[in-house]
Amino acid sequence: MQKYLLSRLLQAVLILFGVLVLVFFMVRIAGDPVNLMVPREASEEYREEFRNMMGFNRPLLVQLADFMGGALVGDFGNSLHFKEPAMPMVVHRLPATLELAGAGMIMAIVVAIPLGLIGGFRPGTWIDSLGRFLGLLGQSTPSFWLALLMIFFFAVDLGWFPSFGRDSIKSIILPGFVMGFGGMGALVRLTRSATMEIRGEDYIRTARSKGLLPKTIYIKHVLRNVLIPLVSVIGVSFGYSLGGSIYIETIFAWPGMGQLVQQAIGWRDYPLIQAIAVFTSVVVVLMSLLTDVAYAFIDPRIRYND
Amino acid sequence: MPPILDVRDLHVHFHTLDGVVNAVNGVSFTLEEGETLAIVGESGSGKSVTVMSLLGLIPVPPGKVTGGSALYYGANGERDLLKMSELELKYLRGEAVKPDEEFTEMDLLQMSREELRNIRGGQIGFVFQDPISSLNPILPIGEQVSEILTRHKGLPKEEALERAIRLLGHVGIPDPELRVKNYPFEFSGGMRQRVVIAIAIACTPKIVIADEPTTALDVTVQAQIVDLFKQLRQDLDVSIIWITHDLGVVAGIADRVLVMYGGRPVEVALVDDLYDNPRHPYTTGLLCALPRLDSVASDRLECIPGAPPDMLQPLVHCPFAWRCDYAFERCWEKIPPLISVGEKHKVACFYDLEKAGPRDV
Amino acid sequence: MTDLAPEMNPERGTGLQVDEERGWRARLAYGRKLLQRDKSGVIGLTIFIVLVLTAVFAPQIAPHDPEQQNLRMAKTPPAWTAEGTWEFPLGTDNLGRDLLSRIIFGTRVSLAVGFLGVLIAGSLGMLVGAIAGFVGGRVDNIIMGGINLILALPYLLFVVVIASILGRSLINVILIFGFTDMPIFARVTRGEVLRIRESGYVESAISVGAGRWRILFDHILPNLIGPLITVATFEMSGMIFYEAGLGFLGLSVPPSVPSWGNMLSAGRKYLTTSPWIAAFPGFAIMITSLSMNLLGDWLRDVMDPRLRRTER
Repeated sequence: MQKYLLSRLLQAVLILFGVLVLVFFMVRIAGDPVNLMVPREASEEYREEFRNMMGFNRPLLVQLADFMGGALVGDFGNSLHFKEPAMPMVVHRLPATLELAGAGMIMAIVVAIPLGLIGGFRPGTWIDSLGRFLGLLGQSTPSFWLALLMIFFFAVDLGWFPSFGRDSIKSIILPGFVMGFGGMGALVRLTRSATMEIRGEDYIRTARSKGLLPKTIYIKHVLRNVLIPLVSVIGVSFGYSLGGSIYIETIFAWPGMGQLVQQAIGWRDYPLIQAIAVFTSVVVVLMSLLTDVAYAFIDPRIRYND
Repeated sequence: MPPILDVRDLHVHFHTLDGVVNAVNGVSFTLEEGETLAIVGESGSGKSVTVMSLLGLIPVPPGKVTGGSALYYGANGERDLLKMSELELKYLRGEAVKPDEEFTEMDLLQMSREELRNIRGGQIGFVFQDPISSLNPILPIGEQVSEILTRHKGLPKEEALERAIRLLGHVGIPDPELRVKNYPFEFSGGMRQRVVIAIAIACTPKIVIADEPTTALDVTVQAQIVDLFKQLRQDLDVSIIWITHDLGVVAGIADRVLVMYGGRPVEVALVDDLYDNPRHPYTTGLLCALPRLDSVASDRLECIPGAPPDMLQPLVHCPFAWRCDYAFERCWEKIPPLISVGEKHKVACFYDLEKAGPRDV
Repeated sequence: MTDLAPEMNPERGTGLQVDEERGWRARLAYGRKLLQRDKSGVIGLTIFIVLVLTAVFAPQIAPHDPEQQNLRMAKTPPAWTAEGTWEFPLGTDNLGRDLLSRIIFGTRVSLAVGFLGVLIAGSLGMLVGAIAGFVGGRVDNIIMGGINLILALPYLLFVVVIASILGRSLINVILIFGFTDMPIFARVTRGEVLRIRESGYVESAISVGAGRWRILFDHILPNLIGPLITVATFEMSGMIFYEAGLGFLGLSVPPSVPSWGNMLSAGRKYLTTSPWIAAFPGFAIMITSLSMNLLGDWLRDVMDPRLRRTER
């Protein structure tokens, strides 16, 4: 197992290195980064001054080395808009985003896994049809649209929940639901297909040939094997949802990293955006690393294989 | 020996996108106490479905048992022939047609799911073809052996695990007390098959059904598993149904052989009788296909040219007629019945190989 | 149920086996049977065809010029409400433009992004994946490293940021999706190439003296088409989704162009008073995505026997 985890760790480090290189070149793909960061109407003198200040006049490799060196100690320069170090501002936004993603994930898991399991065990029943329908709907409904509908019906029309902000426990209901809806769709489908696949495995027939009670077969033999693919998907998609919260945070004015991205784009605050991109990637990579560890604990084939 | 299992006129269909697959079309056979019966046929001959359908182990849907009966005589312990009713005895001798009420109660095909569950594993054990896939990959093998004891014998966990250790030792797993904690992937194919066998015999069943138990194994391991079965048969006095496509393996272990083709039995005989005096063209083909020391293996396929039958068509004539060298008009007109041609020897063929001409039926 | 006799598995040994040797005719026959059986495939296909026709014949179908402003008729509700009129079946937006016409023209943007994005991503991905699978060794390692890197990123975040850097234009959006989605196609292609290379019948083709190119065109390409078309359908659905999302953030096509994302973005401001302005374009996105997901599920069942659902 150590070998397995070590290789995963090495992979994560390599990916983070790649992320840094990518983020460095990202602001340069359209040419001069100065054009990106200063207003269009800025004077030529101001542009030169800005170029000197940001060090964009130095050779590219020096800039890259400087960027990487700074990144290692968490220094991504100052936010152009706030004139203060970018990274701490991003880290400050993490709890709100984690809270939102967590609420979404819980809602997705609570609805999707039972529906997917029942659907996989009893294909063709009404509850299976419901699960398949919700699965399809979850995958096909744009979150930004669903968010607007939710606000219209439950905040404006009925007035049950606040339509924006992060003030009380009620605030998380609507954005959390929208956040979880898409993940729920994917999870129902995955749980269902995994259940159906495991149900057809030879060792389930062996379990049936032993005359075991259906309860034992489903819980001990099917469910535990279904969990293996689910754990990895849940972990990875939790990581992704951190980066995918832009719409929901924007619409619900949720003060997380996604909202910050949208605001920073408006301010042309690319040092801040770079910091967000790197930080979110770090969290995503950490999540998938954690998932790998969890995976090893569930699946003995990984735990003992060296 | 009295029969322990008596299957009559079994029919099994599968409903697929293409239509109805007539997998089993009227199979009858008996299994005697302590006997080893081999069911032989190509893949697609319906041999596995025949046996699996008896115990509710085919996927339903698409599968469905559409007719027949499977009387099991082990359910109520020892059977006393002297205490049987006249009708029962007549039926066993094949003189009465309609089964008695007492029999239908023991018909596997009429049993409720709960009743069948108690029989499966408790009174009838199973060994499957591929030991790699037939064990749960994420449960320790000790758990997989002991859970069947907990289920049928009601043993508490520790006691069941102790029994499991003894069982694993009995089937030839070295250091069983250490290996119960291991997972299937830590065993070789042959060792895994031993674990599966330990599960099959854990509750001292009356019947063990072995579905191609050696097919997926190396030749040397095959011989070990066959030897293990022979030993177990002596130790446990168990009846065995051995499903295989390989007549070569059969010779060493079976008492009687049932040859199947196209979902129907074509010949049934004592094993030596079958080898010395095969009466069905398909059986001779199978025997011819056996590798021998004095022949070159390359022309094995020549023995039975052609492809297995299309099971989507309802059976109206001899299923083997397409590939049979001896087929004549009558073979294309109706299905040949299974008729007796000697002691414990039956064949379903209109052509008499012995006198080289049509048989009077 | 790998060791059951074929007759026990309803999808094996029944003459409907869709394997490498069977070819297209069997696949088509199987697809038709599945269509008869599973109506969702029919629904998906029908909606998809309607969408394509709508995009092609938008000028003929749309009742109004999508750009035509009519401030006196601004924020007219849908026709079936009390203040609605059948002149504007779905109502008008804040500038009095006909919503139905704009949605009809919006189909063009969405499908263009979907088709062209998948075309670019698919071609690039096939090329890169085939190189990785065929050449192997260090080349494979480097390519797979890059692919794993991109797949490990928070995708949406990077797409949004890159779109903000490149600026609003249809070409830019298509290029972004074309490049960022390439790794998925590359991975599928590489996997198939490796699988087919290792399977017996390419070996046997080599043994009878078939050349490398011969093998590529006769054996590998035909087998790639199935999985790739399936992936393409799902990815197209995703691109249409993401394009609308970019439009919603004001990062896709210029605001004057009628696109579903732009309409949603504009409608958001009038959510409390005129909810229909945002509701209908979002509904169009959902229906499109739904149809392609249905179609993708069906294609997967037809094209790839290994992924086939085992129900029924």
